Amino acid sequence: MHKKTIAQLAAGLRSGDFTSIELTQACLERIRRLDSKLNAFITVSEEQALAAAQTADSTRAAGRGGALTGIPIAHKDIFCTQGVKTSCGSRMLDNFIAPYDAHVVERLKAAGAVMVGKTNMDEFAMGSSNETSFFGPVHNPWVDTAVPGGSSGGSAAAVAARLVPAATGTDTGGSIRQPAALCGISGLKPTYGRVSRYGMIAFASSLDQGGPMARTVEDLAWLLEVMAGFDPRDSTCVERPVPRYAAGIDAPLTGLTIGLPKEYFGAGLSPAVGDLIQAAIEVVRRLGAQIKEISLPNSHLAVPVYYVIAPAEASSNLSRYDGVRYGYRCIQPRDLEDMYERTRGEGFGAEVKRRIMVGTYVLSAGYYDAYYLKAQQVRRMIRDDFIRAFEEVDVILGPTAPTAAFDLGEKTSDPVQMYLSDIYTIAVNLAGLPALSIPAGFAAGRPVGLQLISNFFAEERLLNVGHRYQQETDWHARIPPGYE
Amino acid sequence: MDWEAVIGLEIHIQLATKTKIFSGAATAYGAAPNTQACAIDLGMPGVLPVLNEQAVRMAVKLGLALGATIAPRSVFARKNYFYPDLPKGYQISQYELPVVADGELNIELDGGVSKRIGIIRAHLEEDAGKSLHEGFEQVTAIDLNRAGTPLIEVVSAPDMRSAKEAVAYMKKLHSLVRYLEISDGNMQEGSFRCDANISVRPLGEQRLGTRTEVKNVNSFRFVERAINYEIQRQIELLEAGGEVVQETRLFDTSRNETRSMRTKEEANDYRYFPDPDLLPLEIEPALIEEVRKTLPELPDAKRERFMRDYGLDAYDSTVLTASRALADYFEAVAARCADAKLAGNWVMGELAGALNKAGLDITEAPVSSEMLGVLLQRIKDNTLSGKIAKEVFEAMWNGEGGADAVIEQRGLKQLTDRSALEAVIEEVIAANPNQAQQYRAGKEKLLGFFVGQVMKATKGQAHPQLVNELLQEKLGGCKIIE
Repeated sequence: MHKKTIAQLAAGLRSGDFTSIELTQACLERIRRLDSKLNAFITVSEEQALAAAQTADSTRAAGRGGALTGIPIAHKDIFCTQGVKTSCGSRMLDNFIAPYDAHVVERLKAAGAVMVGKTNMDEFAMGSSNETSFFGPVHNPWVDTAVPGGSSGGSAAAVAARLVPAATGTDTGGSIRQPAALCGISGLKPTYGRVSRYGMIAFASSLDQGGPMARTVEDLAWLLEVMAGFDPRDSTCVERPVPRYAAGIDAPLTGLTIGLPKEYFGAGLSPAVGDLIQAAIEVVRRLGAQIKEISLPNSHLAVPVYYVIAPAEASSNLSRYDGVRYGYRCIQPRDLEDMYERTRGEGFGAEVKRRIMVGTYVLSAGYYDAYYLKAQQVRRMIRDDFIRAFEEVDVILGPTAPTAAFDLGEKTSDPVQMYLSDIYTIAVNLAGLPALSIPAGFAAGRPVGLQLISNFFAEERLLNVGHRYQQETDWHARIPPGYE
Repeated sequence: MDWEAVIGLEIHIQLATKTKIFSGAATAYGAAPNTQACAIDLGMPGVLPVLNEQAVRMAVKLGLALGATIAPRSVFARKNYFYPDLPKGYQISQYELPVVADGELNIELDGGVSKRIGIIRAHLEEDAGKSLHEGFEQVTAIDLNRAGTPLIEVVSAPDMRSAKEAVAYMKKLHSLVRYLEISDGNMQEGSFRCDANISVRPLGEQRLGTRTEVKNVNSFRFVERAINYEIQRQIELLEAGGEVVQETRLFDTSRNETRSMRTKEEANDYRYFPDPDLLPLEIEPALIEEVRKTLPELPDAKRERFMRDYGLDAYDSTVLTASRALADYFEAVAARCADAKLAGNWVMGELAGALNKAGLDITEAPVSSEMLGVLLQRIKDNTLSGKIAKEVFEAMWNGEGGADAVIEQRGLKQLTDRSALEAVIEEVIAANPNQAQQYRAGKEKLLGFFVGQVMKATKGQAHPQLVNELLQEKLGGCKIIE
């Protein structure tokens, strides 16, 4: 059962081959048995899961329910879940139980999906390797000594290891796509505003976007259809009809123009990854797409701009964790100042503190214009590069990350090297565009991801190209050794 | 040396919306602590602000009343600082692009002079919660009911030159927001709070002196005192060869003095930046026109009309238009008794005095405009003398019913029956033969004595003019002494 995709599981549930209870129990059993190696879960919510599965079975028995009714999923521990701990990978929220569900959680729940637990992540989504989590690093199911990527590393590892058929993630600078690439699964970062951020703990509000992670593009389509849509509780959420994503994925690619940004194939890209991407280009060419070289001239500015804007917003977003109302509070504070200093000093990890400090600095009087304001100007230039490119092409194609998964500990002492692993994903967040990462092969036994980027709200196009590619390849169907 | 004070005010006005500016929690005052704070007001993880449209409409209304520009696009910014009653660690406010800019307010000074005070800007923001220290030991308690309550901060130009002008400006703005029904203006409850920026300079100097800011002064009286204290303090400091330090000061109401709270160096760097959770606020011309249609007659226009239509003088018109409720009350009384002057005198005299004594607002007056109007009608139709009318007013105030009922019950109807009065007068003259003799001999001052006696005999109910007339007749042909 664990090898099946959502589409296959839904068919099995519909025809009565198995129940949601059986399916959920199977997932819980695999988590119990295999997660000690991976550390993909922070919380497993067995009781709630079985209750939800029971409800889903009744719904199905009554002849109702949709594609996701009774399907087990995991939520990144950044999404607030009523009654189940939401830690955000931090000691600061290790005791936090939200009295509300995030919009995404609410929607999936309403669609009948069964939450089995909350997945590990970089602390407050700040990291590219899952090594900043207060709950310890996640291991890559393909290579135990390698990182799963981050920050949605727990979700990626859980899906890759077939512990759950799908999971939610969030993507601020590549946090869905990069771990999807490094773990060999499919992940979609929707257009900014497509999915409500309500109840999703903020890292950098103007960049954060929730999205689905699964094994196939078809599954992503089913998930996105439920997750997307207007929510008046998020002012940045866009009121716009949600297409039936799964309906359009089979369209032929003939007549489609795919752009290859030359800046994504230059120095810094590992040759092994480059070769696999070239092979993928041949696949889409064979499927009828036209290939065209394009330029995104400000690409090299994306990482520096991101590391001004994201920390600036984060420094403010994380101010609420002060020990006053909820979350961690230091023991026996002497006075207010002491409570703030020790609560935040003890509650946050090193990377979070580093970014709060950077963010505080770039917003300070006297530096604001030189850093934050300048970064916003460059952000617009980066966005304009994409807008111009989409006048010529329908989809942009390139690598998701410059290398396959690196080893645990390899980049922890050098933050800048770590930041560069998001060099191809960050610009997409700055521009607010949707992008997809799908498996494109293996470099020395480690998965490599292919990134597809489309115009605003053209997720259908991405899913279409990704699905057609997966019809021609079987990278997405490979199972990590030991997890068969 | 002669000094000139330069004063600008920043006034925080709580908007009378039903719910908070960025959440659906209620804004009512006085609820049990933390019962009117939802997840958004508590700054819980992941929740997001959604702008209250009513607050925007109120800001537009105020902007229009101030003759200001309504920004087609304004931006909410985060003002970052740590404080236990600031749940998110930042206040959502407006910084570089406020919703209202460039307005004015005219104030009336002594001698009928009017002065224009510039309004630099007005911006929307959320209020913080409250830290409670009283009744707790070793700890501070936090009440977040007020957190997220909508405020509009109105920043004046440094156009005021005395505490008196500052208070006149503050009162005018206070009256305006109540006219517009965008705030209850309740100063005890903190709905209308003032920060004053004060500097002094030698008379004739163009450059501004170093200013201090006196924070959170919450009554007209305290604003006047704080400003006067601060002006005096700065002058004395400068005359002694010292320098004014740019700082924030607090007004100590028990000692009537200001003292330093923090200097410029200790001031927070608020790290303002646009709030990424909120889109820029875009106001369409159609909305502005819609709000414009809801504007009531404004105080200045009403004041002009009172002078023109009722023939009231500038002072009375200013007093009677100070609040919309007072003006409405006056107009109702005037209409009922058909004598605007009489109505004005009673509203500003008897009624205002009684309200003041009881500490009541015009809207809480136990004597309605209808009741007062009827009472004044009874003066006009000679049923009551002015003096007795005051007694009736007091009875009405104490809940004895309307004027006619009180007159009936207490038998206060004015004596206008000629023959009845003549009988009383004859008795009085007969009882005071000596005085009558003296009067007739030319001691005309004694007429007053006789009037008094008649009034006493009739318990004040005799019609005074008729008494005068009849007395002169009976006492025999003497001229009235004016």
